[in-house]
Amino acid sequence: MDIKVRVWRQSGPSAGGKMVAYDVKGISPDASFLEMIDVLNETLILDGDDPIAFDHDCREGICGACSMVINGVAHGPEKATTTCQLHMRKFKDGDVIDVEPWRAAAFPVIKDLIVDRSAFDQIIQAGGYISAPTGTAPDAHATPVPKKDADLAFEAATCIGCGACVAACPNGSSMLFTAAKISHLGLMPQGQPERDSRVIDMLQAQDDAGFGGCTNAGECTMVCPKGIPLSLIGRLNSDYRKAITKR
Amino acid sequence: MAASGTLLVLFLFAHAAGNLKIFVGLPDFDHYAEWLRELGTPLLPHAWFLWIQRFGLLAAIGLHIWAATVLTIRAKKARPVKYAHRPKVQGSYAARTMRWGGVIIVLFVIWHILDLTLGVVNPATGDSDASQRVVQGFDPERWYVTLFYVLAVVAVGFHLRHGIWSAVRTMGQQTTKGERRAKAIALVLSVVLVAMYLSVPIAVTFGLVK
Repeated sequence: MDIKVRVWRQSGPSAGGKMVAYDVKGISPDASFLEMIDVLNETLILDGDDPIAFDHDCREGICGACSMVINGVAHGPEKATTTCQLHMRKFKDGDVIDVEPWRAAAFPVIKDLIVDRSAFDQIIQAGGYISAPTGTAPDAHATPVPKKDADLAFEAATCIGCGACVAACPNGSSMLFTAAKISHLGLMPQGQPERDSRVIDMLQAQDDAGFGGCTNAGECTMVCPKGIPLSLIGRLNSDYRKAITKR
Repeated sequence: MAASGTLLVLFLFAHAAGNLKIFVGLPDFDHYAEWLRELGTPLLPHAWFLWIQRFGLLAAIGLHIWAATVLTIRAKKARPVKYAHRPKVQGSYAARTMRWGGVIIVLFVIWHILDLTLGVVNPATGDSDASQRVVQGFDPERWYVTLFYVLAVVAVGFHLRHGIWSAVRTMGQQTTKGERRAKAIALVLSVVLVAMYLSVPIAVTFGLVK
């Protein structure tokens, strides 16, 4: 496959950036999108150019490191798929593909396609945990959990924190991420003691980090590589309402 | 957004139901208009209940616009650098047109009050019977006014299709099954409301109500 990619190039956090076009020739349709960038980077290095900086780690769709907006869609055209699991056969020979970093004030660009996602860490630090007692680990079946709750909690817990929801949101809101974290802990018996403070503190941290407000537009769930359902945002709203009325 | 929006939706349905009175007859419609002013008497002086309602509505509209403005400003700040490539929307069209749709609706409401409440831009004056302002305002010769009303009411329909569902979600609706149900109800309510509102101007323009 011969394609043309237009990639956002930015040398540093405070530098200006622009879209730069590159021709990529002889790419296998079975190559992943990241492997295509690897091939492009090899030619850039041989030519003495700066290779394109991009986040990647596991390359098997579970770490949440890869973060590219491909032709305007976070993680590209394939539904419920991370960029690393997207293959070039989803594109046509001769395609022009635009590649941009996540765009959000809370996710400043470090270099090229790499953004700083520590704003998500701040949200987690505000309440995305349970205060576990020390000592030996309790038996896994010591605390019964209804199957329905366990399933929904697991669905929410599949969030890999990649930030695609923020990248796609017309408001630049991280509501789906925060809702997933609140749900997977709030559905478990172990998550109950901190349930009220968790939702209040995590939402505050989200606002403080500079994310926008949620308007239920639903763009987030469309691009989520793990298919986190929009209904969890309703769960967050419900938890928040209960928490503030109890105060 | 959800709380003020709910009040406005309740008003819209009461208003639409009242409009339909014109199909019973023009004197009945005027009688209904007069009843709106009598409402609350003798507990309250004449037309006080109407004015309390109007101030309540203005407060709801004010809160709704204030909340929307805050959300818009936050959204702009949250994405200072735009995408070079942004394709058509992934989610709902109605959801993505809430802001400009809202602005269009505000402009329409201003026109609507000048037209049918105050009679400033209506062939019949403000002193005339309410039914006369409706009949003369949507006269076949003023088809462009009817067209403007149709477009604006459809914009309200789109606004509510997302708005009603979104309000339910904001208030804590949280199951996938309930989400499908809430979306269906929002769609049905929006279509019914649009049909109720459009029936009057279209009936007048096509000479069904004289």
